[in-house]
Amino acid sequence: MFDQQSLAVIFVSLMALSTLLYVILDGYDLGVGMLLPIEKKEHADTMIASIGPFWDANETWLVFAVGLLLIAFPAAYNLILKALYLPSVVMLIGLILRGVAFDFRAKAAVSHRKTWDKTFKAGSFIAALSQGYILGIYVTGFEQSWMATCFAIMSAFGVACAYMLIGACWLVMKTNGELQQTAIKYAQRCVAITFIGVVLVSGLNLWVNPEVYEKWFTWPYGLFLLPIPMVCCIAFFLCFNVLRHLKKMPEHGSGLPFFITVFIFTLSFFGLSFSFFPDIVPNQLTIWQSVAAPESLNFILWGAFIVVPTILAYTIYSYRVFWGKADELNYY
Amino acid sequence: MLETEMLSRIQFALNISFHILFPTITIALCWFLVFFKVRYDQTQHPVWMRAYRFWVKVFALTFALGVVSGITMSFQFGTNWPGYMEKVGNIAGPLLGYEVLTAFFLEATFLGIMLFGMKKVSAKVHTFATIVVAIGTTLSAFWILSLNSWMHTPTGFEIRDGVVFPVDWFAVIFNPSFPYRFFHMMIASGLTASFLVAGLSAYRLLLGDEKQAPKLTLKVGLTVAVILAPLQAFVGDLHGLNTFEHQPQKVAAMEGAWETGTNAPLLLFAIPDEETRTNSYELGIPNLASWILTHKADGEIKGLNDFIDNHPPVKPVFYGFRVMVGMGLLMILVAWLARFQLYKQQKVSKGLLKVLVWMSFSGWIATLAGWYVTEIGRQPYLVSGILTVKEAVTDIAAENVVISLTMYVVVYLCLLVAYLHTIFLLAKRAVKVEEFENEELTNVTSPYREDEWENNHV
Ligand code: HDD
Ligand code: HEM
Ligand code: HEM
Repeated sequence: MFDQQSLAVIFVSLMALSTLLYVILDGYDLGVGMLLPIEKKEHADTMIASIGPFWDANETWLVFAVGLLLIAFPAAYNLILKALYLPSVVMLIGLILRGVAFDFRAKAAVSHRKTWDKTFKAGSFIAALSQGYILGIYVTGFEQSWMATCFAIMSAFGVACAYMLIGACWLVMKTNGELQQTAIKYAQRCVAITFIGVVLVSGLNLWVNPEVYEKWFTWPYGLFLLPIPMVCCIAFFLCFNVLRHLKKMPEHGSGLPFFITVFIFTLSFFGLSFSFFPDIVPNQLTIWQSVAAPESLNFILWGAFIVVPTILAYTIYSYRVFWGKADELNYY
Repeated sequence: MLETEMLSRIQFALNISFHILFPTITIALCWFLVFFKVRYDQTQHPVWMRAYRFWVKVFALTFALGVVSGITMSFQFGTNWPGYMEKVGNIAGPLLGYEVLTAFFLEATFLGIMLFGMKKVSAKVHTFATIVVAIGTTLSAFWILSLNSWMHTPTGFEIRDGVVFPVDWFAVIFNPSFPYRFFHMMIASGLTASFLVAGLSAYRLLLGDEKQAPKLTLKVGLTVAVILAPLQAFVGDLHGLNTFEHQPQKVAAMEGAWETGTNAPLLLFAIPDEETRTNSYELGIPNLASWILTHKADGEIKGLNDFIDNHPPVKPVFYGFRVMVGMGLLMILVAWLARFQLYKQQKVSKGLLKVLVWMSFSGWIATLAGWYVTEIGRQPYLVSGILTVKEAVTDIAAENVVISLTMYVVVYLCLLVAYLHTIFLLAKRAVKVEEFENEELTNVTSPYREDEWENNHV
């Protein structure tokens, strides 16, 4: 049995893990959704085939992250969802639209296919933009000001662009031929914009939140932390170069950009979480203040110890089954 | 304008009502698919594969709608009912958490293999994946119904400083009404799916489909319905007895009984009026309600007047109950008639086929009616005796709820129309496909594949 203090740390780590997994996994399929070409049916089919087996499980990480927040930090759950009421409804509508469009497009009359493709694309955009917007408001601690809104809007575009980047890299890995070349082009564009986005958001974050600034620039933490932005810059640079290389020789290491992007996502996520730890609602509520009863958390924790590794195992199995380039679209 | 509480209630009821439409189908339909797939593995007869391939499409579409509307549900507690998590979060949290851990990941991951992996894994693994998805949906119902039952009949907890803490998890999960609710809901799901299977198959036969597959699925659907429909009435009766013990005010509302008394009649019809606290146009069978609930003709039934100011609104509970039971009786009648004809004459008459088509979604009506009875019957409480709806509601501005509610209504209506349209479209398209292709008959061991994705084979 763990005490309340350690439980708070364990659960916030689990939550961070599942949020990170969500952002990476649903990030790539939302990205693919945003890049969907409406006019080129064969490309659209292959792109959808590449995410078909995964999107549902990917989205489940969001349910898990929200679930953990609800289980472990009920006070924070209430506070956050109340403050984010409308943005989260918009996000849900986006997720609803893209989730169903995906299935409808395969089954509806051929004449309706384009409408569903558009719905799919629009849903992906709505979901990605609102997630970015939510991140922006969250980071500013739900401040109600002109500046905060601007920051949130910027963050919305930043996140959407980052998702497009990881989506494009996913396509580079999973497809070949003309579609792969197009994906490389998209990825190149997105790498540049995402890089600028990350720099801007990090800079503004330091500027807006003096506490965060202090954390990053005090001795001796700063020394340990400095490598993070440096490695991140190197990774961006590497990604850019690999993509340029792939243009000419698409067969060698087409998975590399995807994994580099995953690495970048992980670093940025880590940097961001570090900035706010131990606050669960920035500047308002710490994890210690909002953690739930130890009876409940211990009860779920034992289950989690057994089940989470199992989930990871069969998730890996599923990715192995669908390893390699995506086939033509083949439903059931 | 309506205030936040009422709007939040409407929004929650709308969301969960929309959500439950799809799980009720998928939970049981997945077991149908397991059956088709296992029969195919055993016999290698292509007709089972045809049955599987048609119904897996319906399943996939229904599942997708279930997933997206479910994700909305997990946000609802925080957005609209913050008081709920504050008060009973220590119970609700872990139960919801176990649902995600043990059920959602399982079904979502293996769904990928089930839907897209037929050519990538062996037949055995594919059948296994189908079974795992079925287990996942059933597990998910297990956890969420456990939580819901706990809200009706809470046990295994203590209250410290106004907050609920778990004491005995076994008692929380297997609370007194849980077994009844779980089996009643599982059978409801079985009935909804079997009437859908029978109804769509009947639709195809009426359109002149001469193939074996729809005849086979009609038979399977009807056979399941013949067994489940009477069983549901039996389990429903037990469920009612359990409710009589734990929530007598709900049963009083279901029966439309105002005064406590013996020899209570079973009202077939009445118009209850809460102003005058009487019924008009009563039509009832003497003594029957007493007999059903206490197994004595002169058994005592508590009336609503014993619970003044503390009982649910009578009308929706009273009517809802009659809609559900009426639908249940109709299901028994139709399923038995049709199955009997099939047994005697090897086919079902045109008229009865038409009735079956009309009853394709009858399970939805009964299920919603049942949930309305049970949930409205719990009012004014959210968690019986512990938390009222008023205490749990959010304080966000009513305008925000109006905006979100409007968005949900519009999106859900469009999706419902698209769903129904597409389901019947799939059936229509299946009619035009030929029976079996040579390839299937000569090489029955290789899983059948589609050449073109629009070319929707059965
Ligand atoms: C009796 C069954 C039942 C009931 C009463 C509910 N659900 Fe449900 N739910 C299911 C049965 C189900 C299911 C069969 O497991 C679904 C439908 C399709 C699917 O993917 O799983 C599902 C999906 C589903 C999902 C998506 C899971 C995924 O990503 O795969 C979520 C988040 C919820 N539900 C949450 C809820 C909440 C918060 C409910 C109550 C307020 C609720 N459900 C009532
Ligand atoms: C799946 C089928 C379900 C249906 C169709 C359903 C329907 C409803 C309806 C119609 C109400 C409104 C009652 C009223 O306000 O007069 C209600 C209330 C409520 N139900 Fe359910 N319910 C279902 C399952 C659940 C489950 C599984 C839970 C929780 C675990 C739940 C939690 C609640 C809560 C929190 C309320 C209070 C909000 C309110 O009063 O509107 N319900 N439900
Ligand atoms: C035919 C006789 C039936 C009887 C006697 C019966 C009885 C009951 C009773 C007494 C309740 C209220 C439980 C409570 O007090 O909380 C209930 C709820 C419910 N019924 Fe029925 N029922 C019948 C048929 C059906 C059918 C055919 C369906 C659907 C296909 C159905 C679906 C439901 C559902 C979904 C609920 C709400 C969930 C629950 O509390 O279990 N019922 N039923």
